[in-house]
Parts: sequence; structure tokens; C-alpha cells
Amino acid sequence: MPKDNEVGQSTIRREDIRFLMGLGKYTDDISVQGEAHACFVRSDVANGVIKSIDTSAAVAMPGVQTIFTGDDFAEVGGNPAGWLINSRDGEPMKEPKRPVLAHGKVRHVGDAYAAVIADTFEQAQAAAEAIVADIEELPAVVDMAKALSGSNYVHDEIATNQCFDWGWIEDNRAATDEAIRNAPHVTTLELVNNRLVPNAMEPRASTGVYDPGTGDYKLFTTSQNPHLTRLLISAFVMGIPENKLTVVAPDVGGGFGSKIYHYGEEALVLAAAKRLGRPVRWVAQRTESFLTDAHGRDHVTKIELACDNDGKFIAFRTETMANVGAYLSNFSTATPTFLHGTLMAGNYTVPNVYVNVKAVFTNTAPVDAYRGAGRPEATYSIERVIDKAARELGMDPIEMRRKNFIKPDQYPYASAAGLEYDTGNYDQLMDKMEQVADVKGFAARRAESEKNGKLRGFGVNAYIEACGIAPSNLVGILGSRVGLYDAATVRVNATGNISVMVGAHSHGQGHETVFPQVVADMLGIDPASVDIVHGDTSKIPFGMGTYGSRSLAVCGSAMVRATEKVITKATKIAAHMLEAGEADIEFTDGNFTVKGTDKSVGFGDVALKAYIPHQFPIEDIEPGLEETAFYDPANFTYPSGAYSCEVEVDPETGKVTVERFTAVDDFGNVINPLIVTGQVHGGLAQGIGQALIENCAYDAEGQLISASYMDYAMPRADDLPFYTVDHSCATPCTHNPLGVKGCGEAGAIGSPPTIVNAVIDALQSGGKDVTHIDMPLTPARVWSAMNAS
Amino acid sequence: MYAFEIETPGSIADAASALGNEGAQALGGGQTLIPTLKARLAMPEKLVSLSGVSEMVGICTDDQGRMCIGGATTHAAVAAETASSFPGLSGMAGRIGDPAVRNRGTIGGSLANNDPSACYPAAALGTGATIVTNAREIAADDYFQGMFTTALDEGEIITEVKLPVPEKSNYQKFVQPASRFALVGVFVAKYADGVRVAVTGASEEGVFRWSEAEAALSADFSPAALEGLSVPADGMIADLHGSPAYRAHLVGVMTGRAVAAAS
Repeated sequence: MPKDNEVGQSTIRREDIRFLMGLGKYTDDISVQGEAHACFVRSDVANGVIKSIDTSAAVAMPGVQTIFTGDDFAEVGGNPAGWLINSRDGEPMKEPKRPVLAHGKVRHVGDAYAAVIADTFEQAQAAAEAIVADIEELPAVVDMAKALSGSNYVHDEIATNQCFDWGWIEDNRAATDEAIRNAPHVTTLELVNNRLVPNAMEPRASTGVYDPGTGDYKLFTTSQNPHLTRLLISAFVMGIPENKLTVVAPDVGGGFGSKIYHYGEEALVLAAAKRLGRPVRWVAQRTESFLTDAHGRDHVTKIELACDNDGKFIAFRTETMANVGAYLSNFSTATPTFLHGTLMAGNYTVPNVYVNVKAVFTNTAPVDAYRGAGRPEATYSIERVIDKAARELGMDPIEMRRKNFIKPDQYPYASAAGLEYDTGNYDQLMDKMEQVADVKGFAARRAESEKNGKLRGFGVNAYIEACGIAPSNLVGILGSRVGLYDAATVRVNATGNISVMVGAHSHGQGHETVFPQVVADMLGIDPASVDIVHGDTSKIPFGMGTYGSRSLAVCGSAMVRATEKVITKATKIAAHMLEAGEADIEFTDGNFTVKGTDKSVGFGDVALKAYIPHQFPIEDIEPGLEETAFYDPANFTYPSGAYSCEVEVDPETGKVTVERFTAVDDFGNVINPLIVTGQVHGGLAQGIGQALIENCAYDAEGQLISASYMDYAMPRADDLPFYTVDHSCATPCTHNPLGVKGCGEAGAIGSPPTIVNAVIDALQSGGKDVTHIDMPLTPARVWSAMNAS
Repeated sequence: MYAFEIETPGSIADAASALGNEGAQALGGGQTLIPTLKARLAMPEKLVSLSGVSEMVGICTDDQGRMCIGGATTHAAVAAETASSFPGLSGMAGRIGDPAVRNRGTIGGSLANNDPSACYPAAALGTGATIVTNAREIAADDYFQGMFTTALDEGEIITEVKLPVPEKSNYQKFVQPASRFALVGVFVAKYADGVRVAVTGASEEGVFRWSEAEAALSADFSPAALEGLSVPADGMIADLHGSPAYRAHLVGVMTGRAVAAAS
């Protein structure tokens, strides 16, 4: 465990200086001499057969260098799903090929079927418009229920449109059914977890470079996960050996999940660079981002909560349809299953849980992990149905949750959904929330709102989530095709400053500030002398990227292990320098001291000795001071929290305003409270956005009708309240060396049900018999619900 | 964006002449046209920018007491300069879009485009303004002819807008959550000889006057006068953000709020 001189400090983010001054270097800022420009030709129909593609006019246009169509990639591999899910009957999931460019059929609006490479982007764009494609439009498969029962198919070979029909835990199904049949009270709720567009500020961009002299490829790309991108391109899509391909993800302007995955554009620019012997760049237009970035959520769920008449939970049972879109994006099969079903016991001692998820192909953009990835869907279902049950039973919603909480003396706790929670204290979180949110003062605030003609509601939520998905041994059994460890190299330079090569990619999370805090704390040195290096596969041993709130818990742990190895070796060198036995050396505050003496040598002196090994025991110790560690966690980490909010509803218009929002989270040990608070703020904005305004909508023909900011509402500052954020109730993770949990997604997981619960409370206080409204709770939807009741 | 030529005339006469060319298109503040060009949804051969026509910029009062606003005057200028003389107009202009939009967008551009969800058409119709062009004067009641459709001829330029200043007025906008254009916007203006009520955002026909409310409010300028009145949902816009019934309902709510807030 690190000492306390730097860890725990709200160090200001060092990376913000370059971001705020416009000095960041993004993929589009990297210009490679001689580069050509790519423009993709994308389908404007959702489902269609490609009869022919005539490129003859386009290829003759000014500046055009070459044109690719799906034929050019017919012989190479597809972009695979990273997780094999087996259906309840044991059948493996349906896994259609996801080609670099559409071949034979186009399957969603925005599906690229050709690409033009030209000297300038404008020339490429002009030629793209001159390509004549004869595409026979077929009826679009959009609605999931219709997809499962209909006679139109996204993939002709999958005549059900069903990817898999997954049961979790299948062995618990009969017992859960039986428990629900016999339960004194069953609350049922049907709900939609609305589809979202990730909307990273920086659009996706990729530049491919090929060196004909060496045969080496280099890809600059907007990725949260450059090593995975390299692996997928190497092992699956193009067969370029990993040692001939470098993937660089420089500064990345937001990802929220959408940049975890490998996309066809990345393969295309590499193939084009090789064909032309010149670099090829592509930067998405905003419309392309809307149409082709992997979308988030999109579940339709029926959940039942069985309980006794005192509100003690007996069972949760859910049936979910999860939209995977037209092709399987890399994590799309893991998200609705192992990141969702396994959380369906929540924070509760419920004995029976059964989850059924049918994943459905539709003629829409691929859907994959988006901030929270499966856990927001689980939390939303559980916490909404609990709220409904509490109303039906006339119970206080906080008391009902407390009655079912796992208690602190029950850890480790094996949940009915198959996870082992290592630690937590949900009552303490709820106590803290009630205190800092001034729940007792709510009645007076409601009376004040009513005086102003507004309905005021209070909503509460208790969430648990799972971060840092692991361990590799277990996920392998469950179908993962990758390991879920991470790696770090701590390189102490001769002059005592340090470069830490980490597999996690930082694109807003503040790793460049936080990771050095940890290393500096362990070594007793100034954090300013520690830098992290990330996002370049040629510089970093290996990494599994940044997602699932894993960076500090997994990669940070690898970094701790590597730093421990550095200390071990440095201790040996110090012992030699001090002419003492290793066992007699103490390392504190950056100094190696012979116990009980004033004989001491500083860390910097030891580093110098390692690189200038004069009078050095070369037979026992190698020169240099650099260590690498891989870390494979024993378990997930389990952040949890108690959230509440107060909303006002304007009964004349249905407009909801969030007046107060309190987030009390248990993230275990906190390295940098300022950054953790910022992570919660961002997550809350996205969760409140989902709850109130964000809505990715396709029409029946598969056209994306919210394809620009004119129709897709993003939360702005004035949509959001001042938050009360507290993370003082910490139960440290028991199995990683820092005792940390993940904090990046909590806000987006915990806030949607909190908001919806509060709106329902407000409407019921106004005498409206409204038990549920599907997100987003736009003014029009709230008004319709009020007036239908 | 497709390639185009751009001309920046310094006078109305030169602008009109430039717009006489085949394929020429006037460019006001560009808040609609530039995004349209970027999306490659329009392909003008030549843009004639009106931003350099200094005689079309500025605000004054004429002999009849009307607020006369040059066609190339920005929303920000209108918001700032009419704050005390015409608070209803200032409040409307000061809440169009965001600061960037208000510093580029112009009254003439907005009225020429006549977006069914734009704010200015409600102010112009709600005040019974006169639209002055390089060729003629057009009464607001004759000017708006449906979504994106006006009485302007090809190449005709809005040089000035003359708005009678009401005793009291107010504009209430219920914003569409994404674009923050008006889902429903209502401009109410009380004059000595009666009340005008203009509604934007709601109708498939674009901005319209709610004559029933005008009559009721002319008799009694109070929110209570609107009780029992409603506009029919037929012909209201249906989209992702609101049904016809919701928009029709909001017309009543926003009108009442505008009356209550009028100053």
C-alpha cells in the first residue's frame, strides 16, 4: 500500500494544460508527408442487395488514385466479436462476417460499400458521389420483436435474426419460476433502455502508413485500445504480423466506449496505403459519427420482482431483447450478457435470479458497450421495479432497499446472479446520502414547489456495478476470446526520472496525473519526475486498453507490481552501495537506509549506480533499472452507491428540471479526489442526458431520424443541477494492491433510475396515476403520460 | 461543401445586381445556409454576402415610432439595442440560439429563410411588421406563405424590417430539447387598437396568427381571457419531439405565459 504523501491529493490534471491551450495532438493533427485522402461511400438504405457498383466515371476524376469496393476484401477476414455466447440450448451464437466494406448486401444506413482515395478530400468526396451503385432495397428490419417473428432478414443465413438466446443462470431458471409462482406479491414492469449515440467530441479518424522498404505498417487511429486494434487487424482481419504493425492512438477526444472497437475504416486505410505506397488518411464527418459509431444500450425488458408482503425480495426475473445492430461489434455480445445479467441481483440478498437475453440483429448501426455497458441496463431494470414494488406495497423506497441490502458482515457475498462481491457497505452509503441530500427537508421543498405550481418528486437508487472485468481464467470459461489483464513497464532513467509505459489509454480519465501520483508515492519522489507513456504499441509491452472503469484497478495494479520490482532491485543495489545486507535496508521517503543507522543513499543515487555500474556486483545484479509486470485481477471490483435527486415537473408542459442531485459512491481508496469527482460529474451528465433528452431513433425504414444535433439532444450545462458528490464511505477493494474500485461509469449507471423514480414520484404527488414512462422523459412524453392517466 | 464563388458587395444596388446572376444565392449571417452547404445539400455557384452592406445594418425609429431594423443587423445587436425601447423584441432576439448564432445571424436572413421553428417570424407577424426589400414593402400578413416560403421574389433582398412598437409585448419559447429552436413560440403584442398573437414552431404551414386568442385578448388582456380557447391539433407538426396535440396544447400555455409576462 502506498504511503500517504501524494496519494489522496487533489492534484490538478497536468494534461489539461495542453488540452486547454489547444496543444493536444489528435489523429487529425498528425500529418504524414505525401498523404492521400479517403472518402467512404455509404448506404442510404437500411437493407439492400448490391447488384452492381460502377466506379468507371469516378476513377477517371481528377486526383483519384484508387477505389475500393467489398470485392477487394472478399478474401480477407472479418472483424470478430470478442466473446462467444452460447444459447440456452447449447448452440453457439450466430456470428456473421463483418467485412471491411459491405459485400453482397448493405445492412444499415451508413454501411460503407466503397471507398475512394484521392489527392485531396474534396476530390475523393466528388468522386464518391460519382460512383453509381445499383442497390435493390429490401424491407428493413428495425423493431426487435418484429425482427424475431418476421420474414425479412438482416443476414440471409440467419433466418430468425436472433444472434443468441442466453439464460443466466440457466440452472436457476426452474427455481426462480417456482419462487415467482408462489410469491405473495409480484411486481411487473416493462421498460425500454433507450438507444444512445456516443457523440465523442472528436470524430473517429485513421491514417494508415506503409513503408515499402521494410514492409512495416503504422496506423494512427482514435482508439481507447490500440493493442486490441493491432491484435484484431493482425489475427483476424488482414493478417499483418503484429511485429510489422504499429498502432498509435495519440490524444483522443472522448470515446465513452465507441472507440474501444476496431472499425473497417482502420483496415481500409492500411490496405490503401499499401496499394498506393503512400499514406492515406480519413476523418469522419459528424454525420458518419452518428451513422457508424457503435451505439449504446437499446434493450427492451420485462422484469418481475417477487417479494413477500413486507418487501423482502424473493426473486428477480427478466426477459430482455438486446439490439446488436447489423453486425457484431467487438464487445457487443458480452455487454448484454456477462456485463448485464451478472449484475441482476443488485445490492440485495435476493435468493433467486434468472435472466434471459435474446440478442437481435436489425438493420441499424452496431450496438456495443457505452459508458456503463450492461450495468446501466441492469441497474435501471432493478431499481425501477423496486420503486414500483415499494409503491404497490405502500413502503418507503429507502426502507425497502435497506431491508434487502447485503450487510457488511456478509462479505465475501456470493450473489444469486453468480458474482462474488468482495466488500461494500450499502447502509452506510444510504445513511450518508440521506444526510448530505437533506432528505428530511424534502417535504418543505415540495411544499415550496407546489406553491409555484410545480410538482416536486424525490427519487432514490442504490446501485452496484462491476469494473475491471476479470479474471482471465474465468472469462475464458465464459466465452471471452481475450485475456483481461494489463501490463506496465516502469523505466527508471539514469538521472532518476521515470517513464511508465502503461497499457491503459488515457482520453479524458486523467491517467497522466493519477498514475504518476501512485508511482511517486511508492518511491518517495516528486510526481513531476514521473511521466506515463501510453497509446503506442511500439513503446508499451502490452495492454488491453481503457474501458469498463478498469485502468487504475487493473493497469494501475500492474504498475504497482512493476514498481515493487523496481524497489526490490534498487534495494539490492543500495545494499551493495551501503555495504549492508539486503534485509537490513529500509526504504522510506525515497531513501534507502541501513536499519538503526544514519547510513543512507537516495533513490536517485541508486538509479545512477544502476546505469553507471562502476564497482557494481555485476555477477549478482544486472545493470539498469526497469521492470515490467502483467497483472490479472482475481475478481472484478464492485463500486456501489446511493443516489438521490429531486425534480420539478411543470404540469402544464411536462418539462422536468433536476433541482438537486446527490451521488454518494464507494470507490474504495481514492488516489485523486478531484479527478474522481470529475468522473462522477461526467457520468451523471450522460446518465441525466439518457434519462431526460437523449434518444437515438430509427424510423420503420431504418433511417436514423436523430442523425444530427438538430434532433439528437445532448445535455448542456443548463440542463444539469449543481451536484453533491461524496466518496467518503470507502470500503477498499480487497484483492488489488491499491484497494481501488472503478469510478468512470458510476454516474452514468446510477443516475437514470434515480431521475425516472423522482419524476414518477412527482407525478403521483400531483394525483397522476402514472407508474412508468420510458426514457427519455422529454416534456412531450411526460405530458402525454400525465394526460393519458 | 461544393466549391462556389463569393462576392461581397458594399451597397444594396451592387448586391441586387450580383444576385441577378444565374445560380447566385444571398448569404446573410449563414446560420442556416452554411450548415446546408457543409452537408452538400445546396450547390450555389455564387454566394452574395450581405454582411458588407453597411446601409443594411443598424436600428432606428421612424416618424411613426416604428422600430426600423436593417436587414443585416444581428440578433445580438437587436437584443442589446432594443432592451428598453422594445423589451418583447429584445427578449426574443436575446434567446435565439447561442451567442455564436446571435453574433452572426441576422433578422433579414431569418425572415428570408422562414424556418417554421424560427423565432423572428413570430415577432414580425406578431407586430404586423413591414418587410422592406430593395424592390417594395410587404406587410407581414402577406409575407409568410408557409414553411420556408415567403413573398420574396428570386434575388429580392430584405433591406429593412419596420416593427410597430406595442404598448406591451412578450415572446415565450418552449424549446425543442436538441436544436433549441421553438417547439412552440408565441409572440403576443398589445396595441391601442388590439392584440396580435403569432405562433411559430407549431404549424405545418409555418408561422400563423391565432385570431381567436387575439379577439379574446383584445377584449381582456389577461391569461384568464384564454380559458377555454385552444387551437386545433390538425395541421400541427408531428415529429420526434412532440405530437400535434402536444404542440396545440403548448400554444395555449405559451400564449398565456406571454400575456402574463408582457411588459
